[in-house]
Amino acid sequence: MGVAPLWVLYVFLYVPIAVVIVMSFNASDNPFLWSGFSLEWYPALLQDADIMGGLRTTLIVASGTTVISVILGTLLALALERYFPSRFLDAAAAAPAVMPDIMLAIGLLAFYTLVNFTLGAFSVILAHSVFGIAFVAAVVRVRLAGMDSSLEEASRDLGASSLKTFWSVTLPGIRPAIIAGALLAFTLSLDEFTVAFFTASPADPTLPIVIYSSVRFGVTPQVNALATLLLLVSFIAVLLIQRTSRLGDSLRRREARP
Amino acid sequence: MATQRTRARRASVLGIAGAVCAVLLAACGGGSSGGDASPSPSLDPSADLSKQSIVVSNWDAYMDPDVALKFTDTTKANITVAKHATNEEIVGKLTAGGDPGIDVAFVSGQYAQALNEAGLLEPIDPRLVPNMANLYPESKNLSFDPGSTFSVPYAWGTTGICYREDLMAAAPTSWNDLLNPAPEYEKKTLMLATQPWLNLPAAKALGFSANTTDEGELEQIKQQLLKTKPTLLGFDDVTFYSRLAAGEVVMAVAWDGWCNYSGDPNVKFVVPSEGADLWADTMVVLKSSKNKEAAMAYINFMIGDEMQSWMTNNILYKSPNKTIAEKAAAELGADFPNIAMTPADLAKGESLIDLGAASKIYQQIATEVQAS
Amino acid sequence: MTSRTSAGVRRHGDGPLLRALSSVPALVYLLVLMVIPLGLVIAYAFLTSGRFGGVQGPATLDNITRLFQPLYLEVLASSVVNAGLATFIAFLIGFPAALAITRLSLSWQTVALIAVVMPFWTNFLIRTYAWILLLNREGILSDGLALIGLGPIEVLYTREAVILGLTYAYIPLMVLPIYASLQRLDSMLLEAACNLGAGPWRRFRTILLPLTMPGIITGCLFVFIPSLGNFVIPELLGGGNSQMIGNLIRDQFLKSRDWPFGSALSLLVLALLVIIVMLQASAARRSRKWGA
Repeated sequence: MGVAPLWVLYVFLYVPIAVVIVMSFNASDNPFLWSGFSLEWYPALLQDADIMGGLRTTLIVASGTTVISVILGTLLALALERYFPSRFLDAAAAAPAVMPDIMLAIGLLAFYTLVNFTLGAFSVILAHSVFGIAFVAAVVRVRLAGMDSSLEEASRDLGASSLKTFWSVTLPGIRPAIIAGALLAFTLSLDEFTVAFFTASPADPTLPIVIYSSVRFGVTPQVNALATLLLLVSFIAVLLIQRTSRLGDSLRRREARP
Repeated sequence: MATQRTRARRASVLGIAGAVCAVLLAACGGGSSGGDASPSPSLDPSADLSKQSIVVSNWDAYMDPDVALKFTDTTKANITVAKHATNEEIVGKLTAGGDPGIDVAFVSGQYAQALNEAGLLEPIDPRLVPNMANLYPESKNLSFDPGSTFSVPYAWGTTGICYREDLMAAAPTSWNDLLNPAPEYEKKTLMLATQPWLNLPAAKALGFSANTTDEGELEQIKQQLLKTKPTLLGFDDVTFYSRLAAGEVVMAVAWDGWCNYSGDPNVKFVVPSEGADLWADTMVVLKSSKNKEAAMAYINFMIGDEMQSWMTNNILYKSPNKTIAEKAAAELGADFPNIAMTPADLAKGESLIDLGAASKIYQQIATEVQAS
Repeated sequence: MTSRTSAGVRRHGDGPLLRALSSVPALVYLLVLMVIPLGLVIAYAFLTSGRFGGVQGPATLDNITRLFQPLYLEVLASSVVNAGLATFIAFLIGFPAALAITRLSLSWQTVALIAVVMPFWTNFLIRTYAWILLLNREGILSDGLALIGLGPIEVLYTREAVILGLTYAYIPLMVLPIYASLQRLDSMLLEAACNLGAGPWRRFRTILLPLTMPGIITGCLFVFIPSLGNFVIPELLGGGNSQMIGNLIRDQFLKSRDWPFGSALSLLVLALLVIIVMLQASAARRSRKWGA
């Protein structure tokens, strides 16, 4: 079987992306007809204050959401898996991921209004973190459930406090799950529309909101150019992360040698 | 373990208590919109606008991209532009309660009426909007706001059928040409997805009012739409003009200016013989605005010659500004017949009003038709 | 103070400090920012709609009884079918792909995973519009197929297009949890099975499937749930030709200005999903007891 299924997945995932990239070079404005190659949309994009503002806001929101979600989500996973097994709490922890997002969106707006909370990037971060926590907790729990607790037992037998055990033994053990959870929370927040729409300030929208209001005439090459640039930036970011992590690994290996 | 279960139970109790509190809070403090119709203290025509700053929400690309610069140059007030994609969205935001952070909103006329009846709008102060004198009287007397007391029209027009002249044997003349299309046009037609424009063709074809709330009439409208649905390609508010240009559809229900966007001279517009509607996109000032003088100055600016000229030349809708409309009719009327329509022509259309409670029934019809 | 793990092994207890630290912040956060807003929406379901949106008294059960009209139940059923099919297809593509990823070398695994997630870093709306271009009657796939003699396809604005769109939108969420589950699997088990003569299907059925079940179920939920509530895809790819419950809910809030009924519909969906999740949780616990 080999890696053929993986290629199936990648073709499926990236064919529309290819379309987006290609159409960003469309000379005409019409999203449906190709009329020649043009690079004009890229510089136009960078000068578009709305889109750049939306991008900035979205990055701030996604980062903030990831931080809160990872911290609280990991703690929640620990609590639910080890200390408070309860079907009710399971449901409560899963609820944000389970309820229709417009329900959460309207509820949060009503709540913010009630407590007179000023809308802005922070209100969106808090809102996104609600389901960010649920997703991180779910992913970390899967890992925790299968973890062999004998290492932690050994650590405590040797006299380490609970906190130290958690920090030095448990945490490294669940690190891959935390990273996966962080990735998930960041990704979900980056592209989230409904909740952001209701909880953002009208003068400070996130990128999905800007794009949603920009497709009045369908998706123009300029919007496709934006998507292409986003992809490029993420690709470069990932390459850098890969480089630095490989560097970190080799440094650690060097230190470990006697 | 007993202690663990107790803790879990405690957590559950906390959760339920929280929900109960929420319910009580909602019962007491909820119900955001609830008309406070008292007029605010009168506005000061000599207010210093350089100290004011407004947020304006509009559809994308519906105004001059340089409007912020030009407005600030002219009046010294600051402005931020926000976007919304549909009427429902912006009205939803404005009626959700609290301060929406918006001073001026662009909404279609019937929605302005709804907002006003919810007590959310500031009456227009004619002293601060002197350019209103230059608007057609007909545009200031539409049935959703006779006298333009809380809304000012920015653009107006009607709805009809956009069609490909070269791909059809004969030009459509009646709504029935689209509602019961010839077999060769099946699956090559589109209708608008939003009410009341979804009902409009059927209502007019059956001879009813576009604003009807009569149950019997609405039932007939629904039956006609259910009959039409299998012949449609789909419901589309956004990309239908591109599909016309691409030849994928030959007829689409459309707001009049949209037929001009394809750039294809074969795309023509017609108002069917049974008549259509008269819609207007208007500007309103929110009562919650803390910068009402600047807001009024903005509206004044947008109905002035410069901005109306941009609008009619770029959006290709009709302008309610008399000077600009006559100029546009002379310059563009030959290429874009919809711009050559006079207020008298428009007045043949039925002006749309807010349907209030009946909008639920209209939405139910839309749901049933789309789900069928 | 000792406690028992789910496997019944006695262990030294974690101190009260750790317990409190781990549970309190998250639960308080969720209480304030989820339970209370949820409570508000639940309350709305039992109130009457204001003339212009919003809610007002008196309390009523009308919205709940309205839920059981055939029109709405049909829309819910249709949505469940669409979401279910999307989940199933996502599993068919996602599971083998996740398996293939685990067979790569460790550094390539990270790259592969990120490649799965990267499409998410463009915009959802834009990717969906790309599918319109592909699936159009005059679109790219149509033209491509025409080149090799097959007729133009009429996929856009059909149910199939919606399912395709949903699968596409959420398939990375199927791959990640399954990968996490597979990764923990002891490859020696598979080797042993191989040595004992078990064919690939048998290995899948008796080892892979049961041991990765938690990951599979998580993945299925991650796809099913947002698919059920999605309203962008049925609108753009379905062309208004079918209604899903997500559109219905959004339309109540925005178009009908009927917040109570929109809340009631949300409650219906929420109830359905909560039941599913609780079934999953008890199934997961049961599978863990059998020693995963």
